[in-house]
Amino acid sequence: MTTQIVQPQDSPFREAIGSLLYEFRWLASDTAMMTWRNLMHYRRNPETLASTIAGPVMFLLLFNYVFGGAIGAGRDFNYIDYLVPGILIQNNLFTVMNTGIGIAQDLQKGFVDRYRSLPMARSAVLGGRVCATTLVSFASVYWTLAIALIFGMRFHGGLIPALILPLVVAAFCFAFAWVSALVGVSVRNAETASSSTFFVAIPLTFLSSTFVPIETMPGWLQAFAEVNPITHVVNLCRNLAQGGPLESYAWVTAFWIALMVIGIGSLATWRYRRIS
Amino acid sequence: MDNAIEVHQISKSYGKVVALENVDLQVRRGSVMGLLGPNGAGKTTLVRILTTLLRPSSGSATVLGYDVVRHARHLRSYIGLAGQSAAVDDLLTGRENIHMAGRLYHMPKRQVQKRADELLNQFDLVDAADRSVKGYSGGMRRRLDLAASLVANPPMIFLDEPTTGLDPRSRLELWDVIRTLVSEGTTVLLTTQYLEEADQLADQITVIDLGKVIAQGTADELKHQAGSEFIEITVRDTEDTKRAASVLSNYAENNECDIDEENNKTSIMVKDGASIMVQVVRSLDTEDIPVANMAVRQPTLDDVFLAITGRTAEEAATESEQDTN
Repeated sequence: MTTQIVQPQDSPFREAIGSLLYEFRWLASDTAMMTWRNLMHYRRNPETLASTIAGPVMFLLLFNYVFGGAIGAGRDFNYIDYLVPGILIQNNLFTVMNTGIGIAQDLQKGFVDRYRSLPMARSAVLGGRVCATTLVSFASVYWTLAIALIFGMRFHGGLIPALILPLVVAAFCFAFAWVSALVGVSVRNAETASSSTFFVAIPLTFLSSTFVPIETMPGWLQAFAEVNPITHVVNLCRNLAQGGPLESYAWVTAFWIALMVIGIGSLATWRYRRIS
Repeated sequence: MDNAIEVHQISKSYGKVVALENVDLQVRRGSVMGLLGPNGAGKTTLVRILTTLLRPSSGSATVLGYDVVRHARHLRSYIGLAGQSAAVDDLLTGRENIHMAGRLYHMPKRQVQKRADELLNQFDLVDAADRSVKGYSGGMRRRLDLAASLVANPPMIFLDEPTTGLDPRSRLELWDVIRTLVSEGTTVLLTTQYLEEADQLADQITVIDLGKVIAQGTADELKHQAGSEFIEITVRDTEDTKRAASVLSNYAENNECDIDEENNKTSIMVKDGASIMVQVVRSLDTEDIPVANMAVRQPTLDDVFLAITGRTAEEAATESEQDTN
């Protein structure tokens, strides 16, 4: 073996810059590779998609037919039109919470040692999980909308907003997947990561405008629901589907997406790099 | 640069627990270094430092001329790691696992495909190549793990307890694979708690215990360090065992004779096995003790470990387990 190896003489500063450039150079292809791997998991283990497929149908039927009468009574809208954007966000948050579970599993099984000994971009391990769950939830948006249309949901906000809606859901899910990734690298245990879905996603989605107008809540809860990012993204989606003001919701949603991707995303990557 | 690995005074501690203490190590290019020690001795910690997974608390190390901390990113392109956990993806096929590893080494797609075929052939995984790894046996998983770590033809490969938990046949198969690697010029550092494995595969052996290097040398040198051979005599009748023992103990280096009454076996430690054996045979004949079997046994590395540390490898492993608990 005559591999010629030239010993590099980088200063720590140049090494750090080099590291960053390297990260960017390979980020796309390494993330694509890891995303492929994680999507193959869904393909080989389709039962893991059961809750993603059945969940929206179940919630749609439950809320529309069980609570719909009570919630929609005396209001000027069709409850299913109100409900569907909420369901899109809620179910897909559940779906992307799998990001952290997958990462924790990889950490537990010692895969990560293999990845960390490879010359791949560091953030691709997390990024691959995030992208895979986001793609699954993106597909699930169309599935949910198809079911909803069958059960009588209609768009009233025009074609362009209706086409933008799935993209907004996907963008928010992508951002929220990084929160789950942070949970995954922090707890490093699939069971704990799994129960975090319950403690993070359930309160966040219920204490918002996902299922009911927040005016019906007691004042202190309204205060929380009003600052809850879920309320903003759900309202944005609702108005995209049904018409209504978009701008203020869009700005707040964009802010949260940026915060989660840049802030939480870097924090998760940083924690991943420090694992030993 | 003759050494593939240079380790200078590496230490690693976790709070108060010292995993490695002032370890020095040199591994020549193209050779096989066996890192031998009981469970919890610090072998894996050292491998993790050398493969850039862990930063040392102090000291420095270079692998192939790259500093493991400062040039970690460069180094990763030139090393392969096959760990004890066999980090292969259960849900992917064997071929997909190799393919993924190759792509993550940033090899071109075509080249990876070609290399995957080669490796699957070499590791006898062709038939199982397109089945998902879930159904692989333990030995197959290890072979696949090793194949994946070799996809980029790294000049340096780390094998962390490659055969732990394998059945004897799979172990022999894996040994063959490792020998082939070595014959192709790859430098290998392998850790093992099997003394026989280090003896079989390694050119040089480093014995570590409780985070410290306690001995270094070739298998023969280490055996020499234990300083002794063993003469084992099995008598035909159980009642003769005691008499045989008293004869033998006259020749023993330490005047001690081990008696295994169940098997009618007595054994002593001596400096020069062959010539003392002649005398032992004469004396036994004079005493009229019928002998069923006799042998001069070379010391095993187990004896070496005992000679250096005063305890068997097994005892050491139990101790360090208690340490970490």
